[in-house]
Amino acid sequence: MSETTGAHRAHAVTLTVNGVLHQVTVPARRLLSDCLRHDLGLTGTHVGCEHGVCGACTVLLDGEPIRSCLTFAVTVDGHEITTVEGLAEGGALSPVQRAFTECHGLQCGFCTPGFLCTVTAFLRDNRTPTDEEVLEAVSGNLCRCTGYQNIIKAVHRAAEIQAEESG
Amino acid sequence: MKPPPFDYHRPAGLGEALRSLAEAGAHGKVLAGGQSLIPLLNMRLAAPGHLVDINGLTELGTIAADASGVRVGALARHAVVERSGSARAAQPLLAQALRLVAHPVIRNRGTVVGSLVHADPSAEMPAVLALLGGSVRLASLGGERDVAAADFFVGPLESACLPGELAVSAFFPALPERSGTAFCEVARRHGDYAVAGVAAAVTLDEDFRISAARVVCVSVGPVPVVVDVTGVCGRRPPASVDWDAVARAVQDRIEPEGDIHATADYRRHLTGVLVTKALRGAAHEAAEGGEGPA
Repeated sequence: MSETTGAHRAHAVTLTVNGVLHQVTVPARRLLSDCLRHDLGLTGTHVGCEHGVCGACTVLLDGEPIRSCLTFAVTVDGHEITTVEGLAEGGALSPVQRAFTECHGLQCGFCTPGFLCTVTAFLRDNRTPTDEEVLEAVSGNLCRCTGYQNIIKAVHRAAEIQAEESG
Repeated sequence: MKPPPFDYHRPAGLGEALRSLAEAGAHGKVLAGGQSLIPLLNMRLAAPGHLVDINGLTELGTIAADASGVRVGALARHAVVERSGSARAAQPLLAQALRLVAHPVIRNRGTVVGSLVHADPSAEMPAVLALLGGSVRLASLGGERDVAAADFFVGPLESACLPGELAVSAFFPALPERSGTAFCEVARRHGDYAVAGVAAAVTLDEDFRISAARVVCVSVGPVPVVVDVTGVCGRRPPASVDWDAVARAVQDRIEPEGDIHATADYRRHLTGVLVTKALRGAAHEAAEGGEGPA
């Protein structure tokens, strides 16, 4: 299990990412964001500030959005992760992804994976959010293109699509 | 922006965690939610030799609420405490303050007890514990001790938790009947640390006159500043209190410092405004049994 000792010891970690079981061997200091990108090659998760401010690296841990740059891969050994790559089902974009496309909720796209993960969990828990609830929900995600108006529209549109498809 | 290397310990039980912390001594640090610690590591502002990850100790994730108050375990996430109906019923100030802690996504991971041990004078949880006169339970190989909030916050980012100790829970006492609370703050952006913030607790007597009133101020001193304003309010109905005099009394007790976000004078001004707002909100809630300030 361990390749070396002390601070440079490697740890075997098992993660279920987007439904696929992965086993990786990483040092304890490997951030989950880096584990996803470098060890698993899932570069959809973007890394912006690396101290929890920008929200670009947001992924779902057992269904709840978290900052993958503020989480060690070893800590979430045995848990389920969903990244932006796992939001579409069978090649069809999810309601949230479609709404972002329709409403021009993406500009350069850097912040988009974090927004999509945050909003996916938000609309699962709150299917008919108010304007204020939407603002609160995305307040922890920064868009430096400042496309917030269209992102807010996209969240509401995603709620509509979700309601149409479930009703 | 990558953490420095450290020895990683993932104890399977509390005893093992305490042994690891004892062995690591001053080089050891507890990893719970990591929402304050990991940024410090990423920015290389901290470089502990050993991290003891308590995320496997699910027995520390409990929230126990009864008429006396709420005991929050070391692994109880902000979001879980915020949503806990029993915690809200026993001590509504917890949920009132938690909605102001960072962003929802950070609250999914961060822990209440972790915020206390981090002891940021701008943070909400230390202020709530200080206002309510709560305590933190510290465990070590030598046994357990409860430290009162007044003794727990020692300085900026410095708590009474010693090397080898693990904060296993914190206790937030309930307030007497006819009490109300409120937490008001001003931040540059939603979810940022407060430029200034005030939490208030007011208790009314049977004739709905103020029998106790306290505030705690954040971001205006090295630790949360608790001020008892019962005497300044006087035993009278909230509607006839001289709130400006109360605000001035609190402003006289704080020593804010200026930084890039706000001058000391602006912080003092904001604190005065927030004292009035929070106390009126708390008094209103005490009288109405409502959910918070209007």
